[in-house]
Amino acid sequence: MIEIFILGQRYEVPEGLTILKAFEWSGFHLTRGVGCRGGFCGACGTVYRLPNDHKLYYALACQTVTMPGMILGEIPFFPAQRPIYHLESLEAQGETIFNLYPEVLRCYGCNTCTKACPQEIDVLNYMSAVIRGDIAAAAEISFDCIACGLCVARCPSENVPPNVALLARRLYGKYLAPQAAHLRQRIQELEGGSFRSEIGVLKNAPLDELRKQYAVRQIEE
Amino acid sequence: MSYPTDMQASLAKVEASRQNRLHQTFPKLSPEERDHILHRYHPDYISEAFREIRVGPNKGDRAPVELVNILESPPILTLDEDNPHLSQLEADSVCDVLVIGGGGAGASAALLAQENGADVLICTKLRFGDANTMMAQGGIQAADKENDSPAIHYLDVMGGGGFACNPDLVEALVMDAPKVIAWLESLGVMFDKESDGTMRTIHGGGTSRKRMHAARDYTGAEIMRTLRDEVRSRAAEHPSIRVWEFRPVIELLLDEQGHIAGALLKDLDTSRLMVVRARAVVIATGGSGRLHYQGFPTTNHYGATGDGLVLAYRVGARLAFIDTMQYHPTGAAFPEQIVGQLVTEKVRGLGAQICNVDGEQFVYPLETRDVESAAFIRECVERKRGVVTSTGQAGVWLDAPMIDQLKGPGTIARELPAMVRQFHRFGIDLVHEPILVYPTLHYQNGGVAIKPDGGTSIPGLYVAGEAAGGIHGRNRLMGNSLLDICVFGRRAGAAAASWSGFAQAGIPTLAHLDEWKRFRQEAGLSDGSSSPVILPDYTRKISVPLHEEELSMMETGGI
Repeated sequence: MIEIFILGQRYEVPEGLTILKAFEWSGFHLTRGVGCRGGFCGACGTVYRLPNDHKLYYALACQTVTMPGMILGEIPFFPAQRPIYHLESLEAQGETIFNLYPEVLRCYGCNTCTKACPQEIDVLNYMSAVIRGDIAAAAEISFDCIACGLCVARCPSENVPPNVALLARRLYGKYLAPQAAHLRQRIQELEGGSFRSEIGVLKNAPLDELRKQYAVRQIEE
Repeated sequence: MSYPTDMQASLAKVEASRQNRLHQTFPKLSPEERDHILHRYHPDYISEAFREIRVGPNKGDRAPVELVNILESPPILTLDEDNPHLSQLEADSVCDVLVIGGGGAGASAALLAQENGADVLICTKLRFGDANTMMAQGGIQAADKENDSPAIHYLDVMGGGGFACNPDLVEALVMDAPKVIAWLESLGVMFDKESDGTMRTIHGGGTSRKRMHAARDYTGAEIMRTLRDEVRSRAAEHPSIRVWEFRPVIELLLDEQGHIAGALLKDLDTSRLMVVRARAVVIATGGSGRLHYQGFPTTNHYGATGDGLVLAYRVGARLAFIDTMQYHPTGAAFPEQIVGQLVTEKVRGLGAQICNVDGEQFVYPLETRDVESAAFIRECVERKRGVVTSTGQAGVWLDAPMIDQLKGPGTIARELPAMVRQFHRFGIDLVHEPILVYPTLHYQNGGVAIKPDGGTSIPGLYVAGEAAGGIHGRNRLMGNSLLDICVFGRRAGAAAASWSGFAQAGIPTLAHLDEWKRFRQEAGLSDGSSSPVILPDYTRKISVPLHEEELSMMETGGI
C-alpha cells in the first residue's frame, strides 16, 4: 500500500493503481473529472505535487499511475473563452484568429503551456505558428490535443490554446487541405442516381445468392 | 525492456519469427470455419450468460443477464399515487427537439434538427463529447474511391453482420457515406490525405476495399471535437442549440395520445429533478459496455450504461439484436492499468499480425471482429497457447513493429500517435515492441429498432447511433460506427425537426409508469434496484485487503 493525498486528505491505496482508480478505491463515486477513462476526452486533467519537491506536475488521472506521497488535485472544469463564429463566413488567414482571439498576441513565450501538457504537445510551438499566421503548422502541431485544459489553467497571458488550435484545425480542414477529387466525383454520381439499382438488386437477392456473392468477392490487395 | 522477465521468452519468439512472417499472412477462414469458431468460442453463444426477458415489448426474447436486469427494473422515480401527471411540475425548459446524449450521434442530430428549423436542447450525463465517439480511433468507412462502390460496401456490411442486418438501414448507411465524409470536411475535419488530396484509406476487418478514412488514430476525437464546436457555434442562433451537461434523462414523458412530450432529467450536481417539454426526442445515448457483460472489461466511456435502451423500452419501443455484443479482439491485456482499453484495429489494418506464445500466427489478422475475437479466445482457453501475465490475464501478441518494416520507418509514429503515446506512458515502445491483447467488450451491436429516418414505433421518438439496432446485424465492421452516428444522427435530427413542426404539444405525463408497474406485477417481478443506471459504481465496497486478481476486477464491475 502507498500513501496519497486526495484534496488534502490522506488515503492508503494499493500500489499500481491509476490516479482515477485510486480515487475510486478511496471511496469517491465520481461524476465530474472522469469521462472516457482511456486518455481521449480530457475530462480528468489533474495537477499534483510530490513530497519535498517544489515542482507542479500534470497528468491525466486515467493514464497515470499513483506514486507515494502524491498530493492530488483534479481540475474538472476551468473557465475558457470561446467566441461565437461561423466557419463558413471566415477566411483561412492569421487575422481571422487574431480577431476572434486577440489575446494570442499577448503570449510572451514563457512555455508554461508546453510544460503543462500531459499529451507532451509543443503548445508554445503551435501558438507561435498561430501568431505567425501559419494555420497549417498550428493545425499539424496541435492535432493530438485532447483539450484537458491544463494549459488554460496555467497560461499567464490568459490564453485558451485548445480553443485557438481547434479553430486553426477547422480552418485548415475546410479551406486549406487539398480536396479529394474522387470524393467529389462519387457525390456527383450519387446525386445523378448511380448505384440505386445495384443496391436494389442486392436488397432483393435471396440469402443464398447474397452469401455466395460475399464469399467470392474480390479483396483489394 | 519494459516487459517482465516471465514474458520475455515468448516476446523473443515473436521477434525471431518476424522476418519469416513479413510476407506470409495466415489464410482466411472458410464460411464453415467461421460459423464453427463463433458458435464454440464467441461470448454471444455462452447460453448461461443470457436469460429471457419477462416484461415489455421484447417479452420472451433472450438477452444478456446484465441487460435484462436493467430492462426489467422499476423506474428511479417513485410516483406520487395521487399525482402521476406532473401537472404541478413546471417545465424547466421547452424545446422542439430534445437530444439525449452528447456524443457524435447526438451532435449530428442536433445540427440537422436546428438546420431544419427546430429549437434544440442537448442534455448529457457527462460533458458534451465525453463519449465513445471521442475514443474511436481507427476510422470511418465510405465507398468514395474508383475501385469501390456503395454496393460493394453494402455486401461487406451484410456479410460482416451475419446477413442479419436490416437492408433498408444498410442501404441508408452506405449511400449516405460519401456525403457524410464531405459534410465532415465542410465542417473542418482533417482527414489523412496524400498531397494531391486523395484520401489515405486502408482495410479494416471484413472490408473488401480499402475504404477506411482516418485522422491519424484520433479519428473519432477529430470528428467529435469538430461537431461539438459547430454545435457551440449555433448557441446564439435562432433557432438555437443549447447544451446541458451532467443532466441525464431518467424517464421519457408521453402525452395522453402516447406521443413524445418531453423528458424528466436529474441534475447530477444538485440532485434536482427537471422537466423538459419537447415535441420530439432523439435518443443518442450510446452503448452499454459499462454493464460489463460476462465480467468483461470494456473500451467504453464511463457513462455507457444502456440508459437509452431502458428509456425507450419503458415507453414501448421494441429492441432489436440486443442479444449480440461486440468484443473487440485487441483490448490491451498488459499492463494491468490499461487492461481492456482499446488498441485500434488500424494497427492490424496497417499490417500487424497476431502471434501466440510461440511466436506463431494462428489467425488471419483481419477477420471480422467476432471471428477474430473467438479465435483469440480459442487460442488462449482451449489450446493454452496464449501468454499469461502475472495477474492471470491471458493474451496474444499483436506484432506492431512489423508495420514499419512493411510500410517504411516512421509509419507507426505518423499513423498511430495515440497508441504510441498510451503505451509509452506505461513503459512500452510500440515502435519496437509487440503488445499483448485480448478481447474486450466494445460495442452494442443491437439497440432500439429504427426505420431509415431514425423513427421508432413511438410517435416523436427517434434513435441514432449505438443505441439504435438493425444496421449492423450481429456484428459491426470497423469504421461503420463513426459512419452510422453521422448517417443516422443526421437523419434522425432532420426527421425529428420535421415531426416537431406539425406535432401538437400534448400534456406530459408519466402514465406509462403506471402501466409498467402493472406489467411488472403481472410478471411477478419483485422490486429491486432501479434503472436507468446512469453511472457505474467502482468505489470499493469491502475493507479487507484485496488479492491481485480482485484488483484486476476493479474495472469489470466485479467488486
